[in-house]
Amino acid sequence: MKTLTLKKVITISSLLSLLLLLVILFSITMGSVKIKPHQTITILFHSLLESGEKEREVEEMILLSLRLPRILLAGLVGAGLSMAGVIFQVLLRNPLADPYILGVSSGSAVGTILAILLGFSATSLGLPLASFIGALFTIGIVFYFGRQNGKIHPNTLLLAGVVTGSFLSAVILFLLSLSQKEELHTILFWLMGDFSFSNFLSLRIIFPYIFIGFLFLYSRSRHYNLLLLGDEGAIQMGLSVERLKVLSYLSASLITAASVSVCGLIGFVGLIVPHGVRIVLGADHRLLLPSSALLGASFLILSDTLARTLLAPVELPVGVITAAFGGPFFIYLLRRRKGVKTL
Amino acid sequence: MIEVQSISFHYQHDWVLQDISFKIERGGFVGIIGPNGSGKTTLLKILHRLLLPQKGEILFDHKPLQKMSRSEIAKKIAVVAQENYPILPFRVEEIVLMGRSPYLGRLLFEGKKDLEIAQRAMEWTEILPLRERYLDELSGGERKRVFIARALAQEPEVILLDEPTANLDIHHQLDFLDLILHLNRERGLTIVLATHDLNLASEFCDYLILLQKGRIYSLGPSERVITQENIEKVYGCKVWVDQNPLTHSPRVNFLRRKDHPDPLSKSLKSPPPLPKPDE
Repeated sequence: MKTLTLKKVITISSLLSLLLLLVILFSITMGSVKIKPHQTITILFHSLLESGEKEREVEEMILLSLRLPRILLAGLVGAGLSMAGVIFQVLLRNPLADPYILGVSSGSAVGTILAILLGFSATSLGLPLASFIGALFTIGIVFYFGRQNGKIHPNTLLLAGVVTGSFLSAVILFLLSLSQKEELHTILFWLMGDFSFSNFLSLRIIFPYIFIGFLFLYSRSRHYNLLLLGDEGAIQMGLSVERLKVLSYLSASLITAASVSVCGLIGFVGLIVPHGVRIVLGADHRLLLPSSALLGASFLILSDTLARTLLAPVELPVGVITAAFGGPFFIYLLRRRKGVKTL
Repeated sequence: MIEVQSISFHYQHDWVLQDISFKIERGGFVGIIGPNGSGKTTLLKILHRLLLPQKGEILFDHKPLQKMSRSEIAKKIAVVAQENYPILPFRVEEIVLMGRSPYLGRLLFEGKKDLEIAQRAMEWTEILPLRERYLDELSGGERKRVFIARALAQEPEVILLDEPTANLDIHHQLDFLDLILHLNRERGLTIVLATHDLNLASEFCDYLILLQKGRIYSLGPSERVITQENIEKVYGCKVWVDQNPLTHSPRVNFLRRKDHPDPLSKSLKSPPPLPKPDE
């Protein structure tokens, strides 16, 4: 039988993890200060073996305090947004769905912009916090209006999300028109996605969301396959559909909120990574979820590396790169697929 | 095995089903017939608790259906719904394996036993050669077999079928119902079938339930339910009911309006002016 087995999932996940490791090693050597690969590896090993009490050299500083947290953060966000994209696509039964479709992004943007206008600096904890609160608030509103008779209907929820998002976009534009020049730059970069303020603290903040979120979603991955049968079909397979949907919406929304809060709105990852993986590896969520997470991580790390090196010393917003390179690659995959079934 | 006790159901305002009671015996082959909108599909949905009736109760082996968990129900009752499946990005054997879901619970991967059961279900429905194919590459008849195989993989005691033979040609209709009959007779599966096709129902079912506007109009063996009077009353059109000369089951013959100018007239008591069919 050619059915999916644990062995196949582990094999593919291991290969993709290896790819991710190579991407991390490659990205860490890239940058305005050239650090040779072997030197990089020695530094990484040393920092792992010794507790870093002694004086650090410049290269070590750059690697461990600047590049490493940024790369790891990009990886976590890439994984988080890709997972959330997979879930929103299956729950809303809509191939155009992405993590931002229910307005979470607009909500967190309003939170962040308010915090910036109130004078919080870009490096303070205030921004991610405000962003997260804004996102949670939006999730609450969308869920309140998106339910009918205590049940979630994909289209009602979708409309509630899109309308709330449009309303919040109006608020964003209003706030932008009030902002000063210096604030505008910070706001715009945040809106386009920005990893330049990454540090270990933000890593520690979002890691639990992504990690626990993944464990939860993966534990239900077989059930997401059943959801493709439609609600009635899934119920006939013995699934408690409503509970699964509520929990999954909430976890995917929380993952999105956490991701967005530390780096702004990075578009496209949550849309094309799940589709790309589906085209190549199929629609079985037991394989799709981990593969999307790992590939999403690699993809965003590479994009961010390009964003900071392409026009160095000028940094591009990473959202520009994800769309500019992800789009054409996605079209290529779409054209190439033959007889492969996707959503 | 299944006892339906005076259930009534409405969606918004109007009652869709009213005061329905009947029993289904283990190993029975039951047909639910009736015009469009008479409540056949709703009744099937209530029978596996996709819908909850506002009044009345359903007992499965003396246990209220309401007290059973979803997966418990899915282990006893399998459903083959009308053809409204979205095109699924899965291969035939993956869809059949989904039938093992109620037994897997939180497990993510099917075990060896599950694969064997799915394999056997595909053998019984003769779709083993199709196992690698995608659903939308199959013909209507083959697709129906895939969903029967999935139902069998659930190892149920009852299979509910909603209009299973709609949009199949007569060859595939007969093939399909012979398969169902075989499962009923040889594997002891209880079958409940909602259909528009009165002649197939008459031929294959041991017991019929005729619905009219959400109420039971008549029930019993086909000779008692499919009579000229019942069918004309419930469907409001003129037919001629005789016997299939080979099997002696009642047979419904359609009449053109031209043969009988006023099909809805109240004066149907006089026998239709037709020549008796030979024998």
